[in-house]
Amino acid sequence: MTAKNIWVFIEHTDDHIAEVSLELVGKARELADQVGSEVVGFLCGHNVEVLAQDVIAHGADRVILAEHEELALYRTLPYARVAIEEIKKREPEIFLIGGTPNGRDFAPRVASAMKCGLTADCTDLQIGDYYVKKEDKTYKNLLFQIRPAFGGNLVATIVNPHTRPQMATVREGVMRKPAADAARQGVVEKITPTFDAKDLVLEVLSHQFRKSTINLKDAPVIVAGGAGVGTADEFALLRELANLLGGEVGASRAAVDSGLIEKVHQIGQTGTTVRPRLYVAAGISGAIQHRAGMDQSSKIIAINTDPNAPMFQIAHYRIVGDVGEVLPLIIKTLRERAMDQREAE
Amino acid sequence: MTDSRPINCVVLVKQVPDTHNVTGEVMSKDGTMNRGALPAIFNPEDLNALEMALEIKERTGGTVTVVTMGPPKAANILRDSLFRGADKVVLLTDRRFAGADTLATSYVLKCAVEKLGGYDLVLAGRQAIDGDTAQVGPQTAEKLGIPQITYAEQVIEITGDKITVQRALDHGSEIVRCTFPCLLTVVNTANTPRPANVRRQMERKLAAVPSEYAAIRTQWPDFESDEALDAYLTKHDLKIPVWSADDIGATEGSIGLAGSPTQVHKVNFVVLESTESKTIPANAEGIAAMIAELVHEYIVG
Repeated sequence: MTAKNIWVFIEHTDDHIAEVSLELVGKARELADQVGSEVVGFLCGHNVEVLAQDVIAHGADRVILAEHEELALYRTLPYARVAIEEIKKREPEIFLIGGTPNGRDFAPRVASAMKCGLTADCTDLQIGDYYVKKEDKTYKNLLFQIRPAFGGNLVATIVNPHTRPQMATVREGVMRKPAADAARQGVVEKITPTFDAKDLVLEVLSHQFRKSTINLKDAPVIVAGGAGVGTADEFALLRELANLLGGEVGASRAAVDSGLIEKVHQIGQTGTTVRPRLYVAAGISGAIQHRAGMDQSSKIIAINTDPNAPMFQIAHYRIVGDVGEVLPLIIKTLRERAMDQREAE
Repeated sequence: MTDSRPINCVVLVKQVPDTHNVTGEVMSKDGTMNRGALPAIFNPEDLNALEMALEIKERTGGTVTVVTMGPPKAANILRDSLFRGADKVVLLTDRRFAGADTLATSYVLKCAVEKLGGYDLVLAGRQAIDGDTAQVGPQTAEKLGIPQITYAEQVIEITGDKITVQRALDHGSEIVRCTFPCLLTVVNTANTPRPANVRRQMERKLAAVPSEYAAIRTQWPDFESDEALDAYLTKHDLKIPVWSADDIGATEGSIGLAGSPTQVHKVNFVVLESTESKTIPANAEGIAAMIAELVHEYIVG
C-alpha cells in the first residue's frame, strides 16, 4: 500500500521546516497526482511532531516521523540509518531532498547504501517514459531529473530506470511553495529508531547560526543597483521595488565603492553569490566578476542606458532606458496589479 | 594543539575541464561546445583537500597519498601533487572505468583506498567543478563504512584517536569531533593551497606513468629504451603506480557504465546568449507585458 510513493526529506531548524522541503512537498504532490501515488514526508528529529501537520498542510498524505533525542540535530549517520531502514521496508519509488548543505550530505550517503541513482541539484522534475534501445523496453513514469551540467553550459535530463528509489536533490527556490491548507488530512506514523555506538561516533560540539539582517542568499528576488544608479533617491527606488517583490537589495562593486550602499549588499566574485528566482540588474554594466555571482538566477531583468552593456547578453528581459524612469514604471505596474487582485477578492 | 600519533592521509583528487572559464571560443553560436578548447586543471577544492592533508602531516607526521581515477593524462595532477608535497601518488585508470557516475566512481575509489590500507583520514574536495554534485565524497565514505565530515573548513584538534573539525554551513558553522578513520570533504575557504616546491619539482619532474615514456624519451634521448627509463624511474621512486580494475579487485558490474544507475536521457545546450531573451520597450505597455509573463511563470507572486 505504501509502495510506489514519493518521499520528501523534511529538513528543519529551530522548529521551522526549511522552505525547500515544503517546495518539494508541493512538487511531489504534482508528480504524485500524475501517477496516482502518495506523498510521504520523511521527518526525523526530537519533539518535532508539531511539524508533521505542516507537512500535510502543504500536500503530503503521510508523514513518517522518527523521534529520538539523538536525532535532535542533523547528523549523517543516525539520519541515514533511519532512512535506509525505512526505505528497505517501504520501498518508495522516488525520494526528493533539498539541495541544502545537510541535504547534500544526507542524500549521497543514503543513495550509496541503497546502490541507487542520485542526481544532484536539479532545477526541474518531471514524470515521463524512457525507452532503452538495448533492452527494447520502455520504462513508464520515470522521474526525469533535470539539472544544469558542465558549469551551467548544458542542461541534462537524467533517469534511473533500474534502481529504486529514484533520488534527486533539488535547488532551493526553484519550485513553487504551495499554499498551506490547514484542513488537509493525513496520517502521521510515528517510529522509534534504535542506534548502535557506531552510528554515534560523531559528536556535534557546537552549532552556530550567523545572524545577519540581510540575507541575500535566500532572497527569492534581488533588486541590484550599479554605477548607473547615481543618487540616493534612485537607490530608494530599488528598496521600494525589492520590498514590493519580497526581496532584498543588492549592489555591484561600483555602487558599493560610490558609498551609496554598504558592502554586505555586494554581489559577485568578491561579494555574495546568489541565484534568486528573479534578479533585477539596474544600471549594472555586467562585468564578469559581477555576473559570476548572479548568472545562475532563474530570470534576469537588465535595465541600462547602454544597449551594449554585457549584462544584456545574459538577461532574459532587456530594457534600454534610464533606471530613474524604468523603475517607477515597474513599481507602478506592480502596485496596480496588487490593487486589481484585492478588488477581485 | 596537537598531541597525536602520525596520521596517514589519502587524498582523492580529480582532473577536470576548466568549466569556470568557459568563454566564447569554447561555446559556439549554435550552443555546441568545443571541449578541446578547455584546459584540464586540478579540481580547485581538491587542492584545498591536499593542502589540509599536508598541514596535518606537518603537525603530526604520517604520510600523504594522492589518488585519482582518470585517463593517463590525469598523471599531470599527480605530478603536481608530488611537487606540492605528496609522498606517494596512484593513478587508477582502466577503459572499463569510463562512463562512471558518482556511485561507480566512489566504488572504484573505495577499492583503491582499501588496497592502500593503513589510512586514518580520507580527504577530498567538496565538489568537482565539472559536475558540482558533491556526492563522491559521502558515497566513498559510505562504501568504506566510515563516518564523513562534509564542508570541512578547519582542523581544530587532532588527538591519537579523534579529530575535531569546523564545518562551514550556509548559515553558520558547526564544530564536530569524530573518531578515526573518517572522511573529510574540504571547502575552498579552508586554506590557500601551497604552490609547487621548486626543489621538489626539480627532483620529481620525471615522475611518470608508462604511457608517458615515449614522450619523455623524445625530450631526454639519453634513455635508450622504455626499459632503461623504467629502470631509472623505478630506482629513483619516480614511477607512478597505475592500477586497473583487476589490480584493485573491482567487480565488473559495479564499475563504469554498468555500475552507474543514472543514465543521461538527453542533453540540451545552453546558449550563452540566451535565446529566450527579449527586449522590452521602456514604456508602460512593455513593462506590463513583462510582469504578466513573470506572474504566469510564478517568478513574481
